[in-house]
Amino acid sequence: MSTVKVKVNGMEVECSANDTVLEAARLAGVDIPTLCYMRDIAPIGACRMCVTEVSGARGLVAACAYPVEDGMEINTNSQKAYNARKRTLELILSQHRRDCLTCDRNMNCELQKLSKDYNIKEVRLGHPEDMVPQIEDSMIHLIRDNSKCVLCRRCVNICKETQSIGVIGPNDRGFATQISCAFDRNLDETACVSCGQCITVCPTGALTERDCTDKVWNALADKTKHVVVGTAPSVRVTLGECFGMPIGTNVQGKMVAALRRMGFDGVFDVDVTADLTIMEEGTEFLGRLNSGENLPLITSCSPGWVKFCEHYYPEFIPNLSSCKSPQQMFGAMMKTYYAEKMGLNPEDIFVVGIMPCTAKKYERYRDYQDAVPGIPDVDASITTRELARMIDTSGISFVDLPDEDFDPSFGISSGAGLIFGATGGVMEAALRTVADIVTGEDLDTLDYHEVRGTEGIKEAQYDLNGRQIRVAVASGLANARALLERVKSGEASYDMIEIMACPGGCINGGGQPIQPQSVRNFVDLRTLRAKAIYSADKSMKMRKSHESPVIKEIYDAYLGNPGSEKAHKLLHTKYQARSKYPGVAE
Amino acid sequence: MSQTQVRSGRSARDSSLAYADNVRPAARYPEVAEVIDRYRGHEGCLIQILHAAQGIYGCLPLDLQMFIAESLDLPLSEVAGVVSFYSFFSVNPRGQHTIRVCLGTACYVRGGKKIVDHLRESLGIDVGETTEDGKFTFEIARCIGACGLAPAVMIDDTVYKQVSAAKIDAILAKY
Repeated sequence: MSTVKVKVNGMEVECSANDTVLEAARLAGVDIPTLCYMRDIAPIGACRMCVTEVSGARGLVAACAYPVEDGMEINTNSQKAYNARKRTLELILSQHRRDCLTCDRNMNCELQKLSKDYNIKEVRLGHPEDMVPQIEDSMIHLIRDNSKCVLCRRCVNICKETQSIGVIGPNDRGFATQISCAFDRNLDETACVSCGQCITVCPTGALTERDCTDKVWNALADKTKHVVVGTAPSVRVTLGECFGMPIGTNVQGKMVAALRRMGFDGVFDVDVTADLTIMEEGTEFLGRLNSGENLPLITSCSPGWVKFCEHYYPEFIPNLSSCKSPQQMFGAMMKTYYAEKMGLNPEDIFVVGIMPCTAKKYERYRDYQDAVPGIPDVDASITTRELARMIDTSGISFVDLPDEDFDPSFGISSGAGLIFGATGGVMEAALRTVADIVTGEDLDTLDYHEVRGTEGIKEAQYDLNGRQIRVAVASGLANARALLERVKSGEASYDMIEIMACPGGCINGGGQPIQPQSVRNFVDLRTLRAKAIYSADKSMKMRKSHESPVIKEIYDAYLGNPGSEKAHKLLHTKYQARSKYPGVAE
Repeated sequence: MSQTQVRSGRSARDSSLAYADNVRPAARYPEVAEVIDRYRGHEGCLIQILHAAQGIYGCLPLDLQMFIAESLDLPLSEVAGVVSFYSFFSVNPRGQHTIRVCLGTACYVRGGKKIVDHLRESLGIDVGETTEDGKFTFEIARCIGACGLAPAVMIDDTVYKQVSAAKIDAILAKY
């Protein structure tokens, strides 16, 4: 690739001829503010925050879309650019309901930061009617407030391009423009899958998760409740970001210590039920391999993907694993096995899931998610972000906490359970166990590198005792769609497929800490977070799910064998085809 | 601030979110299906198709937009977004004739606003609405390019010049 030399604020830098002004400036260590630009999506140049002065152009150019030329002189901070950006910002602020103190994104808002950076002291324009909240809370996982929307369209683009869903878009025009669903319907009347990717890219508080922290606080304060918490695999490698720690820091020990100090009666690891998932799903896979029915088996850990399948690809429902997700298996085991072991009434146990995911909030309301009939498996599902807020509320100085271990009864797990947090992890964990079962040996092969990494679609073929197993892994729903279309057309054929709704898997889930787009555009979040997971797995002694003593005890003492009738009753679920246009009467 | 606008959904329990799959209305729009086949694959074909579909059916209701979205493999939100952007597209059935009072700068200062007020009274409907008998749809236009004739009113494809409140009643009587 050819390179060119440009000057950024007088400093010479060499960059690729394909770079934009924004990228060249970054190479020179200069940030140009952006609102609409997203690295993985073609620039739309809509927000005008990045306007910059460059030599050879008639007016200011949109740095996110304007290509560099050899010898170009870029002046990111000219008076002209500064004035234009400030004016644009004032116009955006004039229609933005500025309730910063009570906003979910207080202290972590891109608009708030721009307002500070551009020294906005007064918003001179605006109408009182724009300052009225416009709450739409039809979905379980999300709350929209268009009075805070700045029309940057990041949510629209990630929904349509990255997830291939497109249930929201700009409607009307001029002052009346708003991001909404077709015909201004509520989100629950669309085939939204609850992935929450829109929340993670929203620069303001227009899109937020439905906060369930009060529910958890109330349970903790209720002395009649035995409150247990389980943390998903990926949360330990992202939570630190909320406390200023570098991306990709594993804070498992501090997270456990924090939860214990908050007053949970049991601090457990959902990695344990990820191991349990492998036992059940591995057994299911071997059964289907033998019978040849309903192949490929498709994983069901990601509730966003499951809902996507039900709305858009109902023909693949028979292929879905009937296993509940690790969160739901955790709840199910707490209300049955654990309740029995502890001599507790399941009704007195309050189960909290700490998840990287907004769809988990929805998942707990799904049908067939009650191991004890009538009692939900999980009572509250909160995101990594909500946990961080609760830690702040508790007055705990997170970075100073000692490292502590999970409570042992549900706290010992394998590396296989841990890697569920990254795309390809469920597949690799399954292969580690299935290969041992098929060969009847304790194999040394632990690393299945072909299914790792953040590419959208990965394929591999493995020899299991002479039988060729073809697998595929997709993350991000546009990739899932592409993969399923190939399977449908007969172009590709697999025995097992892992699908995660969010690009990169749970480490990049809709409930993970929000990094501003200025970071997302230039730092590979997914790789850094995944690296922390794989390095922890590498250092673990026990790396196969079936080797876990907790798993052995659960089956010996309670469930019998994987796939047993009891296991099916407690740990498996059902699916249903859903309309692409819910609520539209013909 | 005062009242919060809250739009809540159905009950949280999942079963209520499940609906029977809809029957695609393909059979009801054969002419549009033909138009779609003609334009499919051409860049920017959506607007052509919407234009033709409105020409055939008079408006673009939800199920027609769903049909177009499905046929072109586009999200419904994109189709609906385009329809809502252009004021010449309509989701509701239109009257037999469309009155468009120009409120461009020239027409505005020469009394366009008075014509609007007068029509509101005499037709008994607001801008954007259709009379009960289905005869007239009443709209506002932003400069129709006839500033020399201000204030101008368009009825369907005919332009009327130097209209006044008094004149407009006589004009409408012809329809």
